[in-house]
Amino acid sequence: MSALTFVMKQRLDQRVDMSPLVCNLLEGLTPAEIAKIELQNGKRKIRVDELFRIKGSDAQNIIIEGSFSKLDFIGKQLDGGSITVMGDVGAYLGQEMKAGTIKVDGNTGIYAACEMKNGYLEIKGNAGDFLAAALPGNKQGMKGGTVLIKGNVGERAGDHMRRGVLLIEGDVGDYCGSRMIAGTIAVMGTTGRYLGYAMRRGTLLLWNQPQLSATFNDCGIHTLAFLPILFASFKKLNSKFSQDGARFNRVQRYGGDMAEMGRGEVLVKSS
Amino acid sequence: MIINGVTIDETFAEAFGMKATRVIITALNAKWAMISAQAMTGFATSVIACGCEAGIERVLDPTETPDGRPGVAVLIFAMGGKSLAKQLETRAGQCVLTSPTSALFAGIDEGVHIPLGKNLRYFGDGFQISKKIMGKRYWRIPVMDGEFLTEETTGRIEAVGGGNFLVLAQSQEQALAACEAAIEEMRKIPNVIMPFPGGVVRSGSKVGSKYPALGASSNDAFCPTLKGMTKTELSMDCESVMEIVIDGLSKEDIDKSMRVGIQAVCDLGKENGILRISAGNYGGKLGPFHFHLQEIMA
Repeated sequence: MSALTFVMKQRLDQRVDMSPLVCNLLEGLTPAEIAKIELQNGKRKIRVDELFRIKGSDAQNIIIEGSFSKLDFIGKQLDGGSITVMGDVGAYLGQEMKAGTIKVDGNTGIYAACEMKNGYLEIKGNAGDFLAAALPGNKQGMKGGTVLIKGNVGERAGDHMRRGVLLIEGDVGDYCGSRMIAGTIAVMGTTGRYLGYAMRRGTLLLWNQPQLSATFNDCGIHTLAFLPILFASFKKLNSKFSQDGARFNRVQRYGGDMAEMGRGEVLVKSS
Repeated sequence: MIINGVTIDETFAEAFGMKATRVIITALNAKWAMISAQAMTGFATSVIACGCEAGIERVLDPTETPDGRPGVAVLIFAMGGKSLAKQLETRAGQCVLTSPTSALFAGIDEGVHIPLGKNLRYFGDGFQISKKIMGKRYWRIPVMDGEFLTEETTGRIEAVGGGNFLVLAQSQEQALAACEAAIEEMRKIPNVIMPFPGGVVRSGSKVGSKYPALGASSNDAFCPTLKGMTKTELSMDCESVMEIVIDGLSKEDIDKSMRVGIQAVCDLGKENGILRISAGNYGGKLGPFHFHLQEIMA
């Protein structure tokens, strides 16, 4: 069985809600039934076959070809299976995803992996603001799983993050790890201002010295035993994080945010 | 059955069902991993008074441990799940948490999960940090030498305790040398421990006593100095008997270790003063696992 493939026929002006097109919802449907599904497009509805040419039938392996930045909610509440996206995607990629794999070879909009519960999400390009964050008004962001970003990330990455691992090969914007409850964010590139703003617990693992707020206190240089185990868990990823040269266990530890609970930590690779 | 002049008695060892777990202790170097493991498995020869039976299974290469440091695998056995959990927690808290540079991991993932670092974490007084990596939760507990890293739980499985055999020899020296040879070979077998000092016990017991308060007492039938005073099992040329007790994760593991142990004793043979191999049982009424010596050596 070949992958169920949606090939983009036209680029619409209005945004499209792609949340019906996830593996768990399409399982068992015929191509004709899938074609009839209506997607929200701005204030109107559009049939799937108006927007896409449909190929293949394996609903556990979905491919979206020719995607662009107005396709929102791709992989929303995905509960197993895999979604591969060729091109850019819009907002809310993998929102509340429960299991499975999402891979995007372009860039994503805001709120990618927001409130994600488990699974694996990989973005080859850049990600927008509020990556792995909580939706506005909600108190908990990403709650589990692994997110790998090969490019750069906007502001507020990991806002309200509760659990899970956020791996960023590039740079991040301001307020990375803001209001973080727990979890791990690793950044190989540079970080912006207000790093870990109001974080309660959690770990920000950095390759480069950040500009830290006055509410983060230096705890000295340490060799931490959990780091080799953490790096070993990245071994199977197709990422710079899995390379032997990327591993270290000696870090400068900063504790904070002392203006909040103060049980969080910023660990900076020590030479 | 006679092997190299050594008589293998037509009898069997009687063993019981136990609960067991394996933990992995690592440290900065092999020396300190071993020190910690020795502390954790100290005073754990018999469930009768120690609460559990524990021993070092083997030394682990850094490539075999979760954190890539030298380590030691420890097996702990107890009669019940609750007593195992209590012994594990007490020993982990007093012997591993306290040991310099140590870290503690689960050595068994299957079975019922029992607390390893789950409650030890409170030693961190609120500064402890949880990390969930690849589905496993770890606790980082701040201590004076840095951080104590421990896995939250380890697996508890059904196991077998009390496999044994007796070495009957012409002298104490010869019995001890034979037991040492057996232990050296048995330690190469995975999934088993010999919990008594150096793996050898010289005070085998029988069920019951003339003193009502005692549930067990010296196995007078195998005491060489009582040959003329009790219903003895020993011939006049036997001057010393020593026992090797084995706890294993399965009956097959104990079978295997008994076979290599008895073979090592028999290799020394009659010319080294080894007379007989026997075993301890309670008539087959108490323990569900029977290890027939002649079947094992067939």
